[in-house]
Amino acid sequence: MDAIAADDMLMFINAATTSTSQREFHGGADDQRLSLDFLHDYVLGNYRDLYAAALALDINDHNAALIVRKLLATTGDATAGQRQAEGRLIARRLRALPPQRVYDLFRALRRARVNNRRTRAIIREWFAGRPDPAFDAVKYRTGLKRALRHAHVAPDGELGPFLFTPDDRRRYDTPLLETWRRAHYEQASVYELPYTVAEGFAAKHRIDRATFLKRIEPRMTRLERLRVQESARRGKAAVVVDLGSMPLTRLAPYVLSLPVPERVDRRGELTGALRAAAVRAAGRAAGGWGRVAAVLDDSFSASGSAQKRRRPLAVALACHYLLAELAAEYVPLWTSGRTDALLAHPYGMTPLGERVLDALEHAPDRLLIVSDGWDNAPYGLASEVLRVWRARLDPARRVVAVHLNPVYDADDFDVKRLAAAVPTVGVRDAEDVPALVGFARFTEGRTGFADLRAHFDDRVARFLEEG
Amino acid sequence: MRLDLTGLTTRAAQVWGGVRLVPLTRDEPITGLRLHARAYGDDPGLVEVGRRTHYVSYIPHGFVATWTDDDTPVAAYGTQLNAHGTSVKRGATGDEPPAHGMRLRFHRRMARRVDRNRLRFLPLHLAVEGYLALHFGGPEVVWEEWSQRAIRRGLSPRVEEAYAGVEVAGLVDALKHFEIHPGQCGVLVYVADALASAFVVPHPDDYRALHATLVQDMYGELVHYYATLATPAPRFDVRLPDDVASLADLRAAAAREQAEWARFHDATMADGLLGESYATNRVYRMGDYALSRFLPTFRLKQENHIGELITDRDGRTAYLKTFRLSESQIRRGHLLTTLAAHHWHLPTTATALGVTDAQLGLRLQAAGFGALLREDVLSHYRAG
Repeated sequence: MDAIAADDMLMFINAATTSTSQREFHGGADDQRLSLDFLHDYVLGNYRDLYAAALALDINDHNAALIVRKLLATTGDATAGQRQAEGRLIARRLRALPPQRVYDLFRALRRARVNNRRTRAIIREWFAGRPDPAFDAVKYRTGLKRALRHAHVAPDGELGPFLFTPDDRRRYDTPLLETWRRAHYEQASVYELPYTVAEGFAAKHRIDRATFLKRIEPRMTRLERLRVQESARRGKAAVVVDLGSMPLTRLAPYVLSLPVPERVDRRGELTGALRAAAVRAAGRAAGGWGRVAAVLDDSFSASGSAQKRRRPLAVALACHYLLAELAAEYVPLWTSGRTDALLAHPYGMTPLGERVLDALEHAPDRLLIVSDGWDNAPYGLASEVLRVWRARLDPARRVVAVHLNPVYDADDFDVKRLAAAVPTVGVRDAEDVPALVGFARFTEGRTGFADLRAHFDDRVARFLEEG
Repeated sequence: MRLDLTGLTTRAAQVWGGVRLVPLTRDEPITGLRLHARAYGDDPGLVEVGRRTHYVSYIPHGFVATWTDDDTPVAAYGTQLNAHGTSVKRGATGDEPPAHGMRLRFHRRMARRVDRNRLRFLPLHLAVEGYLALHFGGPEVVWEEWSQRAIRRGLSPRVEEAYAGVEVAGLVDALKHFEIHPGQCGVLVYVADALASAFVVPHPDDYRALHATLVQDMYGELVHYYATLATPAPRFDVRLPDDVASLADLRAAAAREQAEWARFHDATMADGLLGESYATNRVYRMGDYALSRFLPTFRLKQENHIGELITDRDGRTAYLKTFRLSESQIRRGHLLTTLAAHHWHLPTTATALGVTDAQLGLRLQAAGFGALLREDVLSHYRAG
């Protein structure tokens, strides 16, 4: 029984780390959504405590929001003790989530007609904890308005009139609200609003894109700057972005979105930024992993889908730079045989088996495989190689081998596994890799449910302490 | 003649549902001949194949072959040709479709030279036309059983049906999820593990460009049925032996497995295509290369493929595209070739087939050739 519970939980954690209910290379969005939804309901029904505890782990924001929604929708099934524990976890996780995700969650709760007392209290408390309510009211106007109405919260001061009866006011005392009012007819005020709001006013005032970008630049967030790089260049405007301060997970897709000639031209800058991000992510563990061989998948399936463009390849690229920092001696092996990581692009079949053999020939201390697990040249070779190698050539498990999979397989309710002998864990952010490799020991099936439970409790305690 | 796939290596297959795609790679791509696609849109095409013979079909695309007389490389011509060839973009040359009725696209001949070293041909239609034109002229001796119509007009109009690739369940997804090998120059398409089509091009770049045209090709009724009713095809996962002492052993075992698959595939799975002999008919000669189409010997209840190929001087395949005939098409081909072999004389043909005259007459009718026989002869057969 415990073994099944442990299996189910690991499967759920893998799914919650990787899946975003979006289209993947091998599966449609509907399959992903249905599959993930079922998995959530199953885990919620059978292991409610652990389901809530998953909020403390490195799962992605989409799944965190989904967990919160499902927990709140089934409040009636929880005991008083459970409610208390869940409440703390939910409040903590909501504080960590980006606000737009939280407003989306509130909207989903409203649509699902979840309006119990606990839900209202959680919305009220979360809003009370927001650092700048006026900023939220301008940037997330509709989201906030609906959330407040849903939770029966009357906001203080000018926010109420601003949100609910804006036409009645001639002026506001709060500077940001006043700017917003002025922006309707005064172009200069547009540039003092958050970028997303200003964009709407710019369209209203028919402001030229290049001029707009140039003047709104100081108000842009870090990720907005990164996102508009290419469109700004097309519009002959320059938006300064400090690549050196970007996290690895954001930097890798950006690099892959650039055409190859440009990557060649900007090689120094891009490599430098990726290295700097990797050094930051590796932290004190840098150089402590000994000889590392990595098999990185850049086959055609790493191109992801229209919604998750080049996501699997971006994870592989980020892992490449991170592992280079973590390792004392590092051997990267791309499935295509390419050696220049910066110019990676998804093409060709997936000869994982051969690359694993190549990697093992370097006699590494650690073997990491970053792949979606569709080993097709030929099918099952990687699995057989790993099985025979573990059984015959490395029975003492001297080499730590871990398969990191960035893609959720809707049919299996889990990430695709390569071999029973090698643990597979879902991965989303390369920064989590050291933690995931530690977590992988649970998926090998040699630790009990008690260990897993202890790990969860430990993570929950730390998570709540941090916030 | 047999098909010669020298220079092409069979690689590991990729399976999606009931469709298995077996890639073929070339170690040395052919650079003296290049192919590229030309899209024709969704209008039905009408091809003038002879002086008063026309071929009407849905022709979504054509291929253009460019070659050099010495073996120097040529570049794939790409979309530039569209600018001064038959226009694909409507409006660009002002040939707007009419508001009412059906637009026809006219093609002169199946294969037509468009420039000095460039040939436009209609893939697969070339082969299908060869099959349709089989003994198209009708009886060559006026035996009394044949109707006036058969004698005057032969088999005209001769009609066959096929399905477009998009109608073949699972084929679109299989092609979409297929990971093209770097040196890939061809693919064999299996539906429910029956060989549906073979496609070979001279150069990997051509293959990349033409991979998607497989969904626009024709597939026989049999393939369509198999695809609709197919259960997922087995993946044939690799099994490695446990008795290895080193990584080198493991690598050798893996290589053995790969070679074993290639051998099994060529000798067993593709035997129906590669193991048979074909009657070829040269259509066009371009420098060192020859475009021809081929017909099978019409063996009943077995695999029969028709197709077209471009071969070099040594007979090696530079381009190949095949169409698998369905059972009734094989029967029709078989009947026609047997009749022609016996100079359209019913009694001798019947003896050769081991049936009575009446049975042969009814068989002709069942195959859709009833109009060739005189009405009274046919009713006599029915009564008898």
